[in-house]
Amino acid sequence: MTDTLIEAAPTVSAPAAVAVRRRPARRGGSHVVAHIVLGGGGLLMAFPFVWQIIMSLSTNAEVQSVVPTFWPAELQWQNYADVFDRMPFLSQLNTSIWLTVIRVLAQIVLCTMAGYAFARMRFSGRAILLGITLSILMVPSQVYLISQYQIVQNFGWLDTLIGIVAPGLFSAFGTFLMRTAFLNMPLELEEAARLDGANPFQIFWKIMLPLARPSISVLAITTTLWSWNELLWPLVVSTYSETMPLSAGLATLVGDKNTDYPVMMAASLMAMAPVLILFIVLQRRVIDGLASSGLK
Amino acid sequence: MTTGSTIRPARAKAPRLNPGRAAARRDGFWPWLFVLPLLGGIGLFYLWPIIQTFYFSFTEWGVFGGNTFTGLDNYVRLFADSQLYSALGNTLLYTAIVLTGIPIAVYLASLLNTPGLRFASFYRVLFFLPYVAMPTAVAMVWRIIFNGDFGILNYVLSLVGIDGPYWTSTPGFAMLAVAIVGLWSSLGFSMIILAAGLKNIPPELYEAAELDGATPWRRFTSVTVPLLTPSIFFVLIITTISSFQLFDLLYALLGSSNPVLPKSMSLVYFFYSQGFVSNDKGYAAAIAMVIFLIIGVVTVLQFRFQKRWVNND
Repeated sequence: MTDTLIEAAPTVSAPAAVAVRRRPARRGGSHVVAHIVLGGGGLLMAFPFVWQIIMSLSTNAEVQSVVPTFWPAELQWQNYADVFDRMPFLSQLNTSIWLTVIRVLAQIVLCTMAGYAFARMRFSGRAILLGITLSILMVPSQVYLISQYQIVQNFGWLDTLIGIVAPGLFSAFGTFLMRTAFLNMPLELEEAARLDGANPFQIFWKIMLPLARPSISVLAITTTLWSWNELLWPLVVSTYSETMPLSAGLATLVGDKNTDYPVMMAASLMAMAPVLILFIVLQRRVIDGLASSGLK
Repeated sequence: MTTGSTIRPARAKAPRLNPGRAAARRDGFWPWLFVLPLLGGIGLFYLWPIIQTFYFSFTEWGVFGGNTFTGLDNYVRLFADSQLYSALGNTLLYTAIVLTGIPIAVYLASLLNTPGLRFASFYRVLFFLPYVAMPTAVAMVWRIIFNGDFGILNYVLSLVGIDGPYWTSTPGFAMLAVAIVGLWSSLGFSMIILAAGLKNIPPELYEAAELDGATPWRRFTSVTVPLLTPSIFFVLIITTISSFQLFDLLYALLGSSNPVLPKSMSLVYFFYSQGFVSNDKGYAAAIAMVIFLIIGVVTVLQFRFQKRWVNND
């Protein structure tokens, strides 16, 4: 709305381009529409979270009253404490954290190294190996799930953290992501380092890796989201609620007939909280990163 | 790894090589040090399992382990199984509903890109929040919202004189409920991708359109949408593939013991229930291969069809 002052500048300098881009905003009316639609839509998007918070602080009777209780008579903070009696929350949280941390670290190490080699090193069979790795991206996870289960079972890893973590240490997507990142970097830096007598590992570690930081953070973000939220694999390899991560733990809690809704709300809020807080803190980086990678 | 014959010349395919160096340098053992840890894992946990599942799909599993080769039996049984078609129908219905989010996302993204819009990043966060939230955790609150007796959705419906159904326990409505949540959680992702695509449209085009007296709506349909088609296509592919993978939301929203499940299964749920609840792993392997095939066909069709509407210049 303040852009009325910047009328079409004749030159095509960078600021002028900005001015041109901003011109349609002159009509204040379009902003009102945008705020109404985005604000209204945003409220709808946020409503389930708000409702979840309200329900988590209500009594079970209030949750189940036919005319909704929009605000509990008394805030029931006790519901949050009750979570720990109702499910092995801490051990599930522990599993979720380790599962995520280990996968993120392993993928960063393995995918940056392989991605770098596929992008910049020469060795026989490179094209074929790359092709095979990338072809996995097209296969839905059900196709390898049964067999992964067999492997984990044969190793005696059912109901263990290592069993839940193992297949996710390796990522074809991450390799693809990192290869693209390294492909787009200038060759000159490597050349200079090579002339200085650096070996391939030093070049990778000291020069290329720091440059790849933006893509590494995209990899870390996607892996974190997926590891924290994923349900099917952890559900398949863990049968005891103590060894499950939170995603599976919450899902199996649902079966009970006489459910204590407020406690479930509190539990699911606490389960989501770490990732949601991380997202809100790093929002710009997360959104821009995902938008640029354009992939989940 | 054993395929490499050392005499093969390095291909000119390697990106941005200095011409003089093309065939010269090799990196000795270093590349293997870099790729083998990953390739070992990929081979063990992905490649081998894919081959094995393909084999499993032709076998029947005994109760005490061990499997016997039964040829095409699983596939014959599968194609005669009405559950396959019901699961496929449900998955298609779910996908169709979630895809209606794309036009909405195009419109919302164009609003979000309004130059100089205040609170734009706040709106971005609001719309993106459902995408990062754990599906099983948000499904919990949606169960309450959809509850037939005390859910706020039916309460709101009753205010306008509609007697809401038992969403999560009525066939048909159950899938609709899952799809609404799916739409809610995927909208933000589509919006962000599309908003990034919008940034690449040269502002001069809007300028020109405006000089020609195009209304904002006309500018939207004649400039924004045609130039955005590559991003729209990308979102379409990603959303379709991930919708075909529906499992988490369904499992968490309907619950594993819900009597409505046999009629509201998705393909992946069908796979899961056969392979890991009924423990019929040979049959489940056949289901997995069919899911693979269906997704492949749908994706190929989309790529074929894109030439008609995607602007790739």
